[in-house]
Amino acid sequence: MTDAATPSMNGPDGRRLRTESSGELVKRGLRRRYAAERRFQAYGIAAILFAVCMLGLLFTTIISKAYPAFTQTMIELEVTVSPQDIDPNRTATRDELSRADYRAPVREAIFELFPDVTERRAKRDLFDMISPGAVFIVREAVLNDPSLIGQRRTFVVPMSDDIDQLNKGQIDPKLPQSERRVKDLQIEWFKRLQGRGIVKTQFNTTLFSAGDSREPELAGIWGAAVGSFFTMLVTLVISFPIGVLAAVYLEEFAPVNRLTQAIEVNINNLAAVPSIVFGLLGLAVFINFFGMPRSAPVVGGLVLALMTLPTIIIAARSALKSVPPSIREAAAGLGASPLQVIVHHVLPLAMPGILTGTIIGMAQALGETAPLLMIGMVAFIVDIPGGPLDPATVLPVQIYLWADSPERAFVERTSAAIMVLLSFLVIMNVGAVLLRKRFERKW
Amino acid sequence: MSYSLVLGVLAFLTVIGYMLGRSRSLTVAGGRSNNLHSLPSYYGMYIGMYCLIPAFVLLLAWAALETSVMDAMLIASLPADKAGLPQAELSLLMNDVKNLSRGDSTSRAVIEADIKEAAAYYAHLTQSSKMLLAALVAVLATGGIVIARARINPSLRARNSVERTAMILMIICSTIAILTTLGIILSLVFESLRFFQMVHPLDFLFGLEWSPQTALRKDQVGATGLFGAIPLLAGTMLISFIAMCVAAPVGLMAAIYMAEYAPPKVRNFVKPLLEILAGIPTVVYGFFAALTVAPYFRDWGLDLGLTISSESALAAGIVMGIMIIPFVSSLSDDVITAVPQSLREGSFGLGATKSETIKQVILPAALPGIVGSLLLAVSRAIGETMIVVMAAGLAANLTANPFEAVTTVTVQIVTLLVGDQEFDSAKTLAAFALGLVLFCVTLVLNIIALTIVNKYREEYD
Amino acid sequence: MTQTHASLDTVRSQAVSHARSTSTSVKIASTGVNVFYGAKQALFGVDLDINANEVTALIGPSGCGKSTFLRSLNRMNDTIDICRVEGEILLDGTNIYDKSVDVVHLRARVGMVFQKPNPFPKSIFDNVAYGPRIHGMTNSRSELEGIVQTALEKAGLWNEVKDRLDQPGTGLSGGQQQRLCIARAVAVSPEVILMDEPCSALDPIATAKVEELIDELRENFTIVIVTHSMQQAARVSQRTAFFHLGYLVEVDDTEQMFTNPKDERTQGYITGRFG
Repeated sequence: MTDAATPSMNGPDGRRLRTESSGELVKRGLRRRYAAERRFQAYGIAAILFAVCMLGLLFTTIISKAYPAFTQTMIELEVTVSPQDIDPNRTATRDELSRADYRAPVREAIFELFPDVTERRAKRDLFDMISPGAVFIVREAVLNDPSLIGQRRTFVVPMSDDIDQLNKGQIDPKLPQSERRVKDLQIEWFKRLQGRGIVKTQFNTTLFSAGDSREPELAGIWGAAVGSFFTMLVTLVISFPIGVLAAVYLEEFAPVNRLTQAIEVNINNLAAVPSIVFGLLGLAVFINFFGMPRSAPVVGGLVLALMTLPTIIIAARSALKSVPPSIREAAAGLGASPLQVIVHHVLPLAMPGILTGTIIGMAQALGETAPLLMIGMVAFIVDIPGGPLDPATVLPVQIYLWADSPERAFVERTSAAIMVLLSFLVIMNVGAVLLRKRFERKW
Repeated sequence: MSYSLVLGVLAFLTVIGYMLGRSRSLTVAGGRSNNLHSLPSYYGMYIGMYCLIPAFVLLLAWAALETSVMDAMLIASLPADKAGLPQAELSLLMNDVKNLSRGDSTSRAVIEADIKEAAAYYAHLTQSSKMLLAALVAVLATGGIVIARARINPSLRARNSVERTAMILMIICSTIAILTTLGIILSLVFESLRFFQMVHPLDFLFGLEWSPQTALRKDQVGATGLFGAIPLLAGTMLISFIAMCVAAPVGLMAAIYMAEYAPPKVRNFVKPLLEILAGIPTVVYGFFAALTVAPYFRDWGLDLGLTISSESALAAGIVMGIMIIPFVSSLSDDVITAVPQSLREGSFGLGATKSETIKQVILPAALPGIVGSLLLAVSRAIGETMIVVMAAGLAANLTANPFEAVTTVTVQIVTLLVGDQEFDSAKTLAAFALGLVLFCVTLVLNIIALTIVNKYREEYD
Repeated sequence: MTQTHASLDTVRSQAVSHARSTSTSVKIASTGVNVFYGAKQALFGVDLDINANEVTALIGPSGCGKSTFLRSLNRMNDTIDICRVEGEILLDGTNIYDKSVDVVHLRARVGMVFQKPNPFPKSIFDNVAYGPRIHGMTNSRSELEGIVQTALEKAGLWNEVKDRLDQPGTGLSGGQQQRLCIARAVAVSPEVILMDEPCSALDPIATAKVEELIDELRENFTIVIVTHSMQQAARVSQRTAFFHLGYLVEVDDTEQMFTNPKDERTQGYITGRFG
C-alpha cells in the first residue's frame, strides 16, 4: 500500500497532532493484534476440548469399570442331596423342607473335591469360596422337585465375590496376604479347581434379575429398576395433567395482574430451588404431617412431581406460545368457546412441544437422588416392589448405596448400574429430540 | 391396596355417568341434538363431573388424613400409663401395635395383653375405615349421578357448567406452584423455629464448631452438641469457588467460541455435547469424583510430597465445576448471540479484529446477562448434594486449603436425616435450619440473576 | 431483450467514460465489480470512480445494489459468508481484494457510518476513542483526548457533549448518536468515509445538521454516501451515480444528472415515475 495523502488533523492550537500517516501507524500494530486474535481463538478451542475430553473421560471410566460386571464366575458342583441332612424325619412336607439345612450338602460337595483339607479353619476358608447363594439355589431346586432328595446332581452355582474378583484379575497376588481379601491357600485351591475344568464364566443374569443383596454376586438392579418405574409412573400421572392445565390457564386465560405475575415468578424460582429442599418438604409434610409410608414410590413420586412441575409448566407455556394467534382467531371466529379453541386446536398443535418438555423433565427426575434420600427410599430393600405403595428404592439411590459399599465387586456393579441408568436417559432424551424433529412445525 | 380398588370403582362409575348423561340428553331432546344447548357429550361430562369430583376430593382428603386420625384414635384407646409415655417410646409402641395388627413381627420379646388388644382394635379400625371410605365414595358418586341426571333438560347450559368447572380446576392447578413454595417456606421455618428453641440462632449462624452428636439419653440435654454452621458455610464456599474457577472460564470461552467463531457444523455438534454434561445424573458425577478423581489427586499429591486428602475439596470442586459448565456456556451463548449485529458491524467498520470486538464491545454489552448466568451457576453449585456427599468429607473443617477434606451444608443435611432418628431431636431439626439457610441463599441468588437477565433482555428487545 | 442489452451497453460505455474522468484525482476506482449472494447476483459489472475530496452519492430504488456496492468498498461484505465479490476495486492504485491486503488496515483507511446509529454501550469518550485505541494510534492520554476532541469538533458535537464525555453514548438523541458515530469514524483519520443512508433514521433538523457536516468533512475526506432521497443527493454531492437492478445506469456531475439526465431510467427515477 502506498502512502496516501494524510488529511490534516490539526489540534485545537493548530499544531499537527501526528507526523506519521495513520496507515503506517496501524501497520505496525497489526502483527501484535493478529497474534492476540489467534491466542483468543486458541483459548476458545481449548475450553471446548477440555469439556469434551472430560465427558469422554467420564464415559470411558464408567464403561471400563463396568464391563467385568457382566460376567460372573461360577462353579459346577456335584451335590448329593442327602436325606439325612434335608429330610431326617422323612416327612417331605414343604414346611420341613423349606427349613432344612442346605448348607451341609454344599459343604460336602466342596470338601469332596479337596480331601486333603482337614483343619477346621482351612475348611471354613474353603467353603467361603462359594457364594451363600449356592445354598439358596439348592434349596429352591429341592422345593420345586422333592424327588431330588437322595440324588446326586450337578449344580452351577456362583462363587464368592472375592473369588470372582480374583478370576477377573482384580486382586494382586503379589501383595502381602494381610492386604488382600483372598488368602494364599484360596488362590492355590482356585487354581486347582480351574485345573479340573469346573470353573465357568457366565453372563451375569443375576445383575438384571435380582434385587439388592449384601453379597455382590447375588445383587441385582431389578428391584431398583421396578422401584424407579413405579416412582416415574406416579410422577408422570401427577405432574403431567397438573402441569399442562396450569400452563394452559397461565398462558391463555390468566389476566395480567399481580397474582399471575407472582405465580410466574414463583414458578421460575421453583425451577432453580436445590432438589434437597424438596426432599425436606417431602419429609416434613408428606411423611410427618400426612403420615404417608416411608420408602414408598408414592411419596417419592409426589416429591419428584413437585420438582418436575415447573419444568413442564415452562415447556408447555412456550409450546402454547408458539402456536400462532391466527389459528385461535379462526376457531373463535367459527363460534368455538375459548376452552374449545384450546382443547380442539391449540393443545393438539402444541402437544409435541409439551411432550418433549415432559420427557426431558422425566429424564431429570429419573436421575434424582437427594430428595429421595430424605424421604427414606434409601433403606436396604431386598424384595421386588409389587406396586407404588410397597417400600422400594430407585436406580440412582441404588447406585449411591453400592458406591458406598466396601466390597470391590460392587465397584463394577455400580458402574454397570450407571450404564443402565444412562442408557435409559439416552433413550428418553433421544426420543424427545426425535419427537421434536418429527413433529416440529415452523410457523 | 384397597385405595386402588376404590379408585377403580370410581372411574367406572364416572364412565357410566358420562354415558348416562349423553343418552339422557338425547332422550329429553327428542332424539335431535339440535334442540340441546350443548353437545350431548357435554351433558355426559356434566354428570361425570358431579359423580367424580366430590368423591375424588373425599378420597384425597381421606388418604391424607387417615393415618393421623387413626393414630389419634389409637392413642385415645390406650390405657393411661401407655398413652402417657414419652414420644420416642410411644411411637415405638404404636409401630409394634401396627406391625402386630398386620401379622408382622414386632420388636418385643413378650407381647403384653393390652398390646394385643390395641392391635386388634387397630386392625378393626383399619378395616372399618376402608369400608366406610368405600361406602361414602359409592354414595357420593351415585348421589352425584342421580342429582345431575335429574337436572338434564334441553335448556341446561351443560357446556358452560363444564367449562366453568374446568376453569376452576386449571386455576387450582396453577396455584399449586404457590402452594409448593408456601409449603417449603412453612415447613422449613416451622421446624427451624423448633430448632432455634434448642440452639440459639446466633450460635448457629456464627458458631465455629460443628459436631452434632447429641447424647442419645434423654437426661443429657443438647449441651454436648455443637451446631455452629460457619465451617459448613466455609466448606460450601470453598467447593463452590473451586467449581466456578473451572466452570466460569471454560464455559465463557466455549460460549464465545461457539457464538462468534465456530462454523455451524462444529456448533451443532458441540452444543448438544455440552448439554449432555448437564443431563448426567449427579450421582454418576459423585461416583466419578470418589472413585477416579479423588484417588488420582491423592496419588498425585503423594508423588509431589503433598498430603492431599482422599476426600479433598479439590476433587469434589473440580467435578462439580465440570457439571456446571453447561449452565454457564448455555446462558452466555444466548446473551452473546442476543447482542445486536449493528454493534459488531460498527466495530468491524472501524477496523477492529474479531477478538477486539468481542473483548471490548460484545462482552461489555453482554455483561449483565453473563453475570446472571454465573450467579445461577453459583446457586446450582451451592445447592448440589450428591457429588459432595460421595466425594467430600463428613467432618466439619474450617479451612481454605483445597487439599483438605471439608463438609458442606448439603452433606450435613443428608447425614443428619438419613437413618433412624426421632423427629424431635436437635439433630434432625438442625437439618431443617440448614435447609432454611440454603433455601434463602439460593433464592436470593436466583432472584438477582433472573432479574438481571430479564432486564437485560428487555433492553435489547 | 437484446434491445435492452444494447441500450444498456451504450449507457454503460457512456457512464464508463464519465466515470473515468480525470479532472480530479481518483481515490477509488472500481472495474467490473460483480457481487453474488450465493447464487443470486446483486451487482453486474459496475465500473465507477470515486474522486478524492468529493462527495459521491449513490442513488436508486430499493434493492438496486447501492448498499451492496458501498459495503464492497471497505470489504464489509466479508462478514457475510455467502457473499462473493469479483472484479477490481483499487484504492490509490492497489486492489483491496488482493490477498496481500489486510482488512483491518483497510478499514482504518476506509471508515463507515451506518444507517441506524449504533454507538457502543460505552461512554461518549470511549466511543470516539475506541478506534484510535485499538489501532494503537497513540500512547499518551493527552494525545488521545486531543484526538477525541478534534473528532467531536469535526462532527459538530463537541459543544453539546464536552461537559459529559463520561456519560453513555446511548443516552444521546438520535441525531446526536449519528454524529457521535461520525466522530467515531473520523477519529481514526480515515481517507474515505462511507455513509449508508446516514439520515434515514433521523428527524429533519438532525438531518440538516448532518448534511451540513458532510459538506464540511469533504474538505479533508473523500465521502461516498448512499441515499434514497434524491433531494439529499442534490444537496450534498458533487457527483451522483444511479443504480438500478444491480446495474450502474448513469454517473454524472450532480447538477447535470438532475437537470439533464441521459438515460430514460434515470429520468424516470428522478421524476418519480418509479422508485
